[in-house]
Amino acid sequence: MQKSVLIVEDEESIALSLEFLLRKEGCAVACARDGTTALQMIAQQPPDMVLLDVMLPLMDGFELCRRIRVDPALKKTRILMLTARGRENEIARGMSLGADAYLTKPFSTRELMGTVRSLLGAGMPATP
Amino acid sequence: MITGALIVVLSFGYVGLLFALAYYGDKRADAGRSIIANPYIYTLSLAVYCTSWTFYGSVGRAATSGIGFLPIYLGPTLMAALWWYVLLKLIRISKAHRITSIADFIASRYGKSHLLGGLVTIIAVLGIVPYIALQLKAISASFSIILQYPTEALVIDSFSDLPFLHDNTFYIAMLLAAFTILFGTRHLDATERHEGLVAAIAFESVVKLVAFIAVGCFVTYGMYDGFSDVFRKAAALPEFNALLNQGGAAGNYTNWLSLTVLSMLAIILLPRQFQVAVVENVDERHLNKAIWLFPLYLLAINIFVLPIALGGLMHFPAGTVDADTFVLTLPMTERVTWLALLAFIGGLSAATGMVIVETIALSTMVCNDLVMPILLRWKYLRLTERRDLSGLLLGIRRGAIIVVLALGYGFFYLAGEAYALVSIGLISFSAVAQFAPAMLGGLFWKGGTRLGALWGLTAGFLVWLYTLLLPSFAKSGWLPITFLTEGIFGIDLLKPQQLFGLQDLDDISHCLFWSMIANIGLYVTISLWRRPTATEHGQANLFVDVLRYVAAGSGSRFWRGSATVIDLQTLLGRFIGPERAHEAFAAYARSQGIQQIEKLTANAVLVHYVESQIAGAIGSASARDMVASVVDEEPLALDEVMAIIDEASQALAYSRQLEEKSRELQSATDELRKANQRLQELDRLKDDFISTVTHELRTPLTSIRAFSEILSDNPQLDQAQRGKFLGIITRESERLTRLINQVLDLAKLESGAADWNPSEMDMREVIEEAATALSQIYKERNIRLELQLPEITPPVTADRDRVMQVVLNLLSNAANFCEKPDSRVCITLEHRSEALQIEVSDNGIGISPADQAIIFEKFRQVSDMPAGKPKGSGLGLAISREIIEHFGGRLWVDSTPELGSRFCFTLPLQRIGGAALAA
Repeated sequence: MQKSVLIVEDEESIALSLEFLLRKEGCAVACARDGTTALQMIAQQPPDMVLLDVMLPLMDGFELCRRIRVDPALKKTRILMLTARGRENEIARGMSLGADAYLTKPFSTRELMGTVRSLLGAGMPATP
Repeated sequence: MITGALIVVLSFGYVGLLFALAYYGDKRADAGRSIIANPYIYTLSLAVYCTSWTFYGSVGRAATSGIGFLPIYLGPTLMAALWWYVLLKLIRISKAHRITSIADFIASRYGKSHLLGGLVTIIAVLGIVPYIALQLKAISASFSIILQYPTEALVIDSFSDLPFLHDNTFYIAMLLAAFTILFGTRHLDATERHEGLVAAIAFESVVKLVAFIAVGCFVTYGMYDGFSDVFRKAAALPEFNALLNQGGAAGNYTNWLSLTVLSMLAIILLPRQFQVAVVENVDERHLNKAIWLFPLYLLAINIFVLPIALGGLMHFPAGTVDADTFVLTLPMTERVTWLALLAFIGGLSAATGMVIVETIALSTMVCNDLVMPILLRWKYLRLTERRDLSGLLLGIRRGAIIVVLALGYGFFYLAGEAYALVSIGLISFSAVAQFAPAMLGGLFWKGGTRLGALWGLTAGFLVWLYTLLLPSFAKSGWLPITFLTEGIFGIDLLKPQQLFGLQDLDDISHCLFWSMIANIGLYVTISLWRRPTATEHGQANLFVDVLRYVAAGSGSRFWRGSATVIDLQTLLGRFIGPERAHEAFAAYARSQGIQQIEKLTANAVLVHYVESQIAGAIGSASARDMVASVVDEEPLALDEVMAIIDEASQALAYSRQLEEKSRELQSATDELRKANQRLQELDRLKDDFISTVTHELRTPLTSIRAFSEILSDNPQLDQAQRGKFLGIITRESERLTRLINQVLDLAKLESGAADWNPSEMDMREVIEEAATALSQIYKERNIRLELQLPEITPPVTADRDRVMQVVLNLLSNAANFCEKPDSRVCITLEHRSEALQIEVSDNGIGISPADQAIIFEKFRQVSDMPAGKPKGSGLGLAISREIIEHFGGRLWVDSTPELGSRFCFTLPLQRIGGAALAA
């Protein structure tokens, strides 16, 4: 079963690299450039996972993360946060808001894909 | 008919009343409810100045010299105006140092000198005893006169033929001695204050004033028809012309001046005045009222002097009645018995008040400054070893009182009607005036020394003796009259009252002139000749600067040594009795906040306290010796004392400086606080900056790493994709490089470490070059770039490359904001009055007001561009503004959202300051 992933990233080249990596993994990929657009897209079609940048125009990643987590319909949606700010307190804040994993830019593509796979695998609904 | 018995009963009854009043006053004082603690009683007690010499003598003087009686009261009135300066100082000093007499004051001022104290005492006794005799004579004379009632004939005294046991005056003197002993030496007290006695004196001042005014009213309104009537009738008589018109002779003015000066000095230097004004003063604030009340009293008691004098002269045939007795004889001649008796009592009160206070003041001096120092030094008596000297001290005081009164009576008995007694008032004034240089000099001049005071006093005293007292003896027939007419040893220049040929002055002015020349001359010369010793200097500072020092314990600064508490208490007990000593120590302990006497430490303050307590009993000079006997004292060297004094006098200036410093410190603190806030703000900004820079660096790095790994992990990628990814890596690397360069550039600009290469440049050419450089980008984006440049602009001095950087930044920013199809950017150059103005306007999306405020800050970019993130680093405008401001220009933005933006900057044609050019 194909997993759906929403990439929320305002930096075009980074979004491009993420898209490439996830498509290669066999996921259905959608992209959003700012927080509010992302929220609309999630509401229309809840993805299995959101790759979420923290510094976003209009609504930042933390806020988006919080909104996803308060929505019961989205409790199975995995959240992987990506940030160029690698401070401990920001990681802690992301995790406390309900992010499933947190990676600091620049990340290793292998580490990123390992995290994505484990999150998607753990989140897979049990096959009857 | 007035009988002798009635007079005796009345007199003794009056003195008895004084006893009762004094007794009541003392009881109230013991109970802590003083009846004298108010300015009115204080003023009335000061009126002890007005003796029988005033009561009877003023009229007598007015009858011979018109208003010649006035200077004696003008002087004190003038002096009262200076009380706030002079008397306040005297009171402060005396309270601080337990000074109880003038002798003590002068001795203490010049280093607690026994010799000075003794000398002052001798002068005072010699000068004052005849004055006391004068009062006794007045009592005696008034007795004789009123006994002849209603006959008012000229009194021919016959009392000198009587054995003194039959003389009523003798009994009055004895009674006064008893009164003085009873209320003047009830106990030894450090303050030496006598409340009951002061109450009685104040009462006497009321009695004499009432009596005199009563007689005055009787004469003016009873015998005549008011003031104008008296004067009109007197003016009608030719023999009164000289009396009513103050003559214009020069000698007359000199006499007025001398008498005014003498009485100015007398009002503070007479022992009785010092006693009531200083020693008995309860509260220095009483001076406030006394300053005007006392002159008012003097005015009141003088108003009727001329009417009584003129009335008497007109009433009695010339030469039949002594003018000195008019106050008494006028009521007698009119047969107004009660008024005659009242006048008699008034005269009695004037005389007794003076005698009592003068006696007590003199006895304190005699005891403290004459007898005690001698007894204490007389090793044979072993006085210093006796346990309790308080009884002995009281004995000496009482003895001194009896001796002083006996001397007064003796002088009166022997001198009788002699000339000496008549003029003795002014002779006494002249004697005490000799204290003035040492006293007033010591109060205001720090340079006065013990030796100077000693020589000045001695010389002044000898001149007084030679030019005033001895001549008065000669006139009384006790010395050969040739002494007066031919001078001593027949030397003409040494004629006592025409010394060195000085003529045309009256006796008093003559004496004042020579004695003051000798006194002041020697005092000043000898004081200047030798530097003051350490002790003198210390005392000088404490006295002269008393208004600046806190009184308590001030003397202790000049003391250093060691003692035990028990020694000190025992010592004090010997002079004022063990019980009172214990009380004094307990009070001291309480004042120090210590519960038990045993816990006191014998420090300098305690030693000073004990010394001042003893000083009240035996005088300051002896007290110092006594304390020194139980205290191992280390004398202070002069330089140490000087150091302390300098320190003290600098304290005031220093405290002013301190206030100044404190204000400066406060403002410095405020500035520091602001600077600190600014630093914290900067620190936060720096953290933000680093954080932002880090973020900005990580972003291109992320792309570079991700695509590098993708390329590395996916060798099978087709050529087009490879090319695209490699293109991204290259672009992001460039972005990274640009960012790093800009960060470094900005850091340099902000720290002032940037290299500037200013030169004269043509702005038009710079703009054209920038436009050319960006023309390709504009063409690609299909944006029209318009240039509106004048033909000629004046050259401007700036760094060409830097200004080019600004223009490029603004033009590429403008391009980034233009996304509409019909986009247009226009750059204009204008020559304003003192600057060139360059504008870059676009018709792009515009910038919101909120963003306009922040876009010039580092890393702050327009946040809500729907087209996504702006492409720059966020440092371009910050750098541009730094550059423009460096050259004295301004960079700003106007924008209307949706319609476009306009960035403007100016470059001044003449560089302001110019210093930055070299930077």
